[in-house]
Amino acid sequence: MRLLAAFLVGLLTCAPVLAADGNAERGEEIYTRCKACHALEQNRVGPRHCGLFGRKAGSVPNYQYSAAMKKYGVTWNEETLDKFIENPLKTVPGTKMGYAGVKDPQERADLIAYLKKATSDPKICD
Amino acid sequence: MTIVKLDPLPACGKRRTFLSGFTLSATAIALLAGNEKLGLVGSASAQTANNDVTILNSALGAEQQAIAAYQLGAESGLLQKPVKDLAVQFQGHHKAHADALAKAVAKLGGKPVVPMKDYHFPKEKLKSQNDVLTFAASLEKGAVSAYLGAVPILTDKDLAKAAASILGDEAMHWAVLRNALGQNPVPDAFVS
Ligand code: HEC
Repeated sequence: MRLLAAFLVGLLTCAPVLAADGNAERGEEIYTRCKACHALEQNRVGPRHCGLFGRKAGSVPNYQYSAAMKKYGVTWNEETLDKFIENPLKTVPGTKMGYAGVKDPQERADLIAYLKKATSDPKICD
Repeated sequence: MTIVKLDPLPACGKRRTFLSGFTLSATAIALLAGNEKLGLVGSASAQTANNDVTILNSALGAEQQAIAAYQLGAESGLLQKPVKDLAVQFQGHHKAHADALAKAVAKLGGKPVVPMKDYHFPKEKLKSQNDVLTFAASLEKGAVSAYLGAVPILTDKDLAKAAASILGDEAMHWAVLRNALGQNPVPDAFVS
């Protein structure tokens, strides 16, 4: 009984969150955290985010990446972004994105759902 | 008959190491802080002075961008007198932050980043005072978040304190800009 209840509580409060469960509208709000350094359309302190999905890490032209990001080698998708955004400095040691990351899995899922939409939106990204 | 009282926290607690920072509800803030520490254990690279340089340099980059953005706003001809004075004052704060950060980077043996030649701000979309203020507010909100993302991972406590002090200043800018835009100046009990 105790075990079952503990299991149920665990399920309710600790189930993993998948990127597919993300809510893009909430993600847009979370993206405001990135805007001191990033814009969708243009390179700023960080590289532009337009065209992010399916792009190799460290590959935006005319952006000065760290050596670490240039040789990171992954292609950005839901999983690779989830891992990077959770803890950039740990996932890509030597990256120059000096930010703790987004720790809440649901917030990351929402953010990634937003990024997926916005970075391929022809009204924003040409 | 025995009634088994279950506290949900211990059940979650066992998994805390791999589910770090599950929720941001107010009651979880303290937990989250604890989780964050757990997450960093064993990651020596996340704790070096090198990382402090990286974090301060990103913040410096954001400050330089804010300085350029306020310059654009001040020169746009779109800001009325009292608002323009405010923009110039806020720009002065960002200059002070940038100076302090550059000094700290140099002190740690790093090379302070230099401002970009062109930030490619969306000039064509800035057509009114409100547009300029909205844009400035988005940068200030971003800066608050950037410092919030810096404070817990700066190794040096004095640097973390300095970052928190700047965070407070940028949050005040953000609130004043929101107020000028007719928005709720302080929309939440916590910044994120
Ligand atoms: C303090 C500034 C700063 C903040 C805040 C920030 N970033 Fe970054 N970001 C950077 C920098 C600088 C880089 C380049 C990293 C490198 O070259 O090592 C980067 C790189 C990236 C990349 C890799 C892009 C590519 O082209 O390979 C992604 C994805 C990214 N950031 C997402 C985010 C998201 C999402 C957020 C908000 C939750 C965010 N960043 C917040 C500065 C920042």
